Amino acid sequence: MPGQQIIPTRMELSRLKKKLATAMKGHKLLKDKRDELMREFLDLVRVNMELRKTVEAGIRSANTNFVIAKAGMSEETLRTALMAPKQEVYLQQEAKNVMSVNIPVLDFKTRTADENDIYSYGFAFTSADLDGAVKSLSDIFPQMLKLAECEKSCQLMAAEIEKTRRRVNALEHVIIPETQSAIKYISMKLDENERSTQIRLMKVKDMVLEDAHKYSEKA
Amino acid sequence: MYRIAVMGDYDSIYGFASLGLDIFPVTDREEAGKLLHRLAESEYGVIYITEGLAALVQSDIARYADRIMPAIILIPGVAGNTGAGIQSVKKSVEQAVGSDILFGND
Repeated sequence: MPGQQIIPTRMELSRLKKKLATAMKGHKLLKDKRDELMREFLDLVRVNMELRKTVEAGIRSANTNFVIAKAGMSEETLRTALMAPKQEVYLQQEAKNVMSVNIPVLDFKTRTADENDIYSYGFAFTSADLDGAVKSLSDIFPQMLKLAECEKSCQLMAAEIEKTRRRVNALEHVIIPETQSAIKYISMKLDENERSTQIRLMKVKDMVLEDAHKYSEKA
Repeated sequence: MYRIAVMGDYDSIYGFASLGLDIFPVTDREEAGKLLHRLAESEYGVIYITEGLAALVQSDIARYADRIMPAIILIPGVAGNTGAGIQSVKKSVEQAVGSDILFGND
């Protein structure tokens, strides 16, 4: 029995029937959306985890290299060496639509094509370890960018999946059962009214006939 | 055209300058929060932030979680890996699936 008051009329019944049909259709569509999103998400999140592990390991080893490089020269030399970078990185971002979730697709462009431009210093006063450290960081950079793309996509998709799941559940466990029981209630009530009208008519007919023909012997 | 920013303590991030990323050395909580918002509102598409600093400005980072730009990505700092990055991946699995069924025993 539904919580709120339902007006048992034919108009209400047809309105509820339409609502139920829409809810059923929406439920099916949202369920499909959720399943497809989940499938994509699980693939993506596995890639995300792999990338993260690679990147973290890469940065850790690069950091070690930098510490070693720092040990081999003075703080000032190091700061001066990295103060004015030659290279610049620009990002190009496009959005890809996966099941109505916009996920980013990142592409990077460097200012100059020369890959040796990452060494923004003369080699005379810096230790060779710094070159190695910079190189190790530059090697991991494309992966870092992929990680950014992948992780952002995962976050966006996770949020969308959560929303969709809630909608599916609300439709499945609240809206649809409530509408169904309301429809049942109204049709029962209408049937009941119809029966009572019929009985009333039969009674009236009996009374009219009785009056007309004097069937029963009355005192 | 977007750019890439790196936030964290100087020792953890100075190497990224050589690659052409913009580095923003910051260690203070309040300053980091302000900087993050400033960067996020301007031309930065990806912001890498060290796990140590990210722990201080979690609520600020959460504000950008449902936006396509910028992507705020945790990286380990020179002080070591706190596992916060892996944790964030696990958290999105938990959010999507309901419980962490993929990396639960890692």
